[in-house]
Amino acid sequence: MSLAGTIARRTFLIASTAIAGGVAFGVYAVKKPHPNPLLNDLAEGEAAFNPWVKITSHAIILVTPHTDLGQGARSVQAALIAEELDLEWGQFEVSAGEPAAAYYNSALGEENAPYLSTDDSFAASATRTAMAAVFKLLAPQVTGGSSTVPDSFLRLREAGATARETLKKAASRKTGVPAAELSTAAGNVVLPDGSRIPYTELAAEAAKLAPVQGAKLREPNEWRLIGKPMQRLDIVAKSTGALKYGIDLRFDGMVYAAVRTNPRQGGELLSYDAAAAEAMPGVRKVVAVKNGVAVIATSTWRAFKAVDAIECEWGPAPYPAEMRAHWDAVSNSFTEEFLDKVWRDEGDVEAALAGEILEAEYRAPYLAHQPLEPLSAIVKVSDDGVDIWVGHQVPGYAEQRVAAIAGVDVENVHLHNQYVGGSFGHRLEFENVDRAAEIAVQMKGVPVKLTYTREEDFLHDFPRQIAMSRGRGAVKDGRIEALDLSIASVSSSDSQSSRLGQTVPGPDNQIPAGAWTAPYAIPNFRVSAYKTPPLAPTSSWRSVGASTGGFFADCFLDELIHAAGADALEARIAMCKFDVPRKVLEAVGEMSNWGADLGPGRGRGVAYVESFGVPVAEVVDVSVIDDRIRVDRVFVAADVGRIVDPINFDNHVKGAVVWGLGHAINCEITYSDGMAQQTNYHAFEGMRIYNCPEIIVRGLETAEKIRGIGEPPVPPAAPALANAIFAATGKRLREMPFNKFVKFI
Amino acid sequence: MKLTVNGETRTVDAEPDTPLLWALRDDLDLTGTKYGCGIAQCGACTVHLDGQAVRSCQATVALAEGREITTIEGLGGADAPHPVQAAWIEKQVAQCGYCQSGQMMQAAWLLEINPDPSDADIDRAMAGNLCRCGTYPLIREAVKLAAAKMRGA
Repeated sequence: MSLAGTIARRTFLIASTAIAGGVAFGVYAVKKPHPNPLLNDLAEGEAAFNPWVKITSHAIILVTPHTDLGQGARSVQAALIAEELDLEWGQFEVSAGEPAAAYYNSALGEENAPYLSTDDSFAASATRTAMAAVFKLLAPQVTGGSSTVPDSFLRLREAGATARETLKKAASRKTGVPAAELSTAAGNVVLPDGSRIPYTELAAEAAKLAPVQGAKLREPNEWRLIGKPMQRLDIVAKSTGALKYGIDLRFDGMVYAAVRTNPRQGGELLSYDAAAAEAMPGVRKVVAVKNGVAVIATSTWRAFKAVDAIECEWGPAPYPAEMRAHWDAVSNSFTEEFLDKVWRDEGDVEAALAGEILEAEYRAPYLAHQPLEPLSAIVKVSDDGVDIWVGHQVPGYAEQRVAAIAGVDVENVHLHNQYVGGSFGHRLEFENVDRAAEIAVQMKGVPVKLTYTREEDFLHDFPRQIAMSRGRGAVKDGRIEALDLSIASVSSSDSQSSRLGQTVPGPDNQIPAGAWTAPYAIPNFRVSAYKTPPLAPTSSWRSVGASTGGFFADCFLDELIHAAGADALEARIAMCKFDVPRKVLEAVGEMSNWGADLGPGRGRGVAYVESFGVPVAEVVDVSVIDDRIRVDRVFVAADVGRIVDPINFDNHVKGAVVWGLGHAINCEITYSDGMAQQTNYHAFEGMRIYNCPEIIVRGLETAEKIRGIGEPPVPPAAPALANAIFAATGKRLREMPFNKFVKFI
Repeated sequence: MKLTVNGETRTVDAEPDTPLLWALRDDLDLTGTKYGCGIAQCGACTVHLDGQAVRSCQATVALAEGREITTIEGLGGADAPHPVQAAWIEKQVAQCGYCQSGQMMQAAWLLEINPDPSDADIDRAMAGNLCRCGTYPLIREAVKLAAAKMRGA
């Protein structure tokens, strides 16, 4: 998810100049490694082979810098290192590490080059290479954009192999046996006679050596862990209530804070009266924060009650107060003035649309993230710096912001990244960290835990972009002759970057995401993106632009296929230009036994959307029971090139389908009087267990590049459901949430 | 005030109208019980009060006083997991895991009153427990596995 995208767009501009010859980075600057942060506090006799592996006389520590948002990031990163380092599960500790340039995301740059994933032209490859280089120089440590596995797959295995070979060299020096005659197993170097030396006993010797570079990686047929079912490192703690999330931490002398800021996002606090709050039990202090007030108390509940008792006068919202005006603004931006970019233009669309055409307009609402762990952060400001305990997707940026708030050098700010109770893009933002820091500077020397109420969290969520599309198409001889799709949307990437004090010129590749990447050969095919001027502030929501663009493109395509009298799946397969997407479509057809008679009162729809380079096809089956829709089953096929952990893969695909369906069925954020009208789960329900369908998953491994699965199954869920409801009822749903138009069980 | 939690008598410094949730978390550091919504919409704070699954964000400490309170920590631990926890581990239900304490407390109560629940029974009993990660298919499987374990199958 993309603060990632924001950084990538900025990167692209520099990279484009680089290819054109305007900027020289110097090979040295790009090749030079970032300093190893583990060397900063290395004790005598401890070895840090690279930024990911540290071994002491008593412990093996693997650093897993991608934030664990619930996607199992720590486990998958550890598995990649352990694979090459020959460690068994349970033999090592895992640390989130300190934010550092060495942990820059090496996958996002390439991934966000504005070329189709299937494009291997010189321009596309050159741009990807240049973007990767600029990304390395900018060095953002980001978890997002489904990039944890692509970023880690090669370099964490290399980190493990480097440590392994260095340990063998240390053992060789200690024993006199040539390194070539040594092997490794289960955390030991194994000598030719079968005797074993634990890695921990070799740490001191290894610390004297330069890490061995260029170690050979294992062949896939030698893998012990990758591709095999594994138990996530956090699963026992999460199944016994023992895992400490950021919101659960406590420190000696800690105080508890709650905050209320203008419910009109970004609006000012005009005045407040805290007299009643200050007299309430346990209240220590009431302090001002940006656009609001905070209470510091002796417990979270006392802080919640007191902050609620403060009388506040709020200023107006810096965006239209009523929802109608938001839709009007999007609707009015399909003009030359707001054209961001024509992303695809094949054939002669205007000529092909001269005759009889089919037209349709689609809408997708604002949507909140609302992971179940509310926003929170613990900050302690002391004389020698600031400590922050929070789970964050861009920890280095969070440190910079807190440094600015506290007026200290960023070197003296330390973020301790925590396990997180879900994100879906929420923890790319900084509200909780900023507010906690503003409070903590007024409570110097005391750790302050700020917890958001669910209502405060909803009101200060930065929702998904609001978007519309207008499609025009023509069919001839049972085929689609022309498809002209225009998408208008606010730019969530621009909104995010504006909060970082940056502007990003150039087109936003998230507006047409999921639409312009369609793998189809349509004789006349155009996708245009229009950028609506800023409305309510928005952010990256699981799968970002593809969650709206994929819905628009695939549903309108489905309308055209129907108009052409063709079969929904066969037509998609017939139009498909590329092997991998075709295999995915064929797989979902086979899994679902497409074409079988479902019987009366039932319907089936298919959708295909590529996002983050991953082709995903889904078939949804629905029943109509007493005028209500029941979602019965979902079949999913996706190709990520290589599945690292099949259990986690399966769970994630299912979760992403539930996410996509649940929000499409019953969620939206609307504004009235400048405030989000949905402030808790009763008004923003998502899917519950009783409307969760059976979900059948198949992961393909034919694509050339390895990619992530956290987001890509989200975008096809909504269009597949809409297409299924059409098949069952004859009713086209062109606006989410669907429960505005049909009833669900 | 005094509360009986997981078989022990504990003292909490809280006004009588304080939700049990916050006494457990802030006073007793029993953080396995989670705050999710505060209005009984998510079930993350589910505990057992005299054996009955309740939302601890709605039960006050005054109501809980004198009753047996069981939290996820009291249900079982890593060394001796409750069959529900063992099933959750075996099926690897959790993604972010934040809702799962509440899911397991709800499931444990369900299996107390209905040792062999059907799919519809599970859906009905678990309807109030929200999972934003969408682990519902695995929750269904784990409840059935736990039921089988508890029946000794």
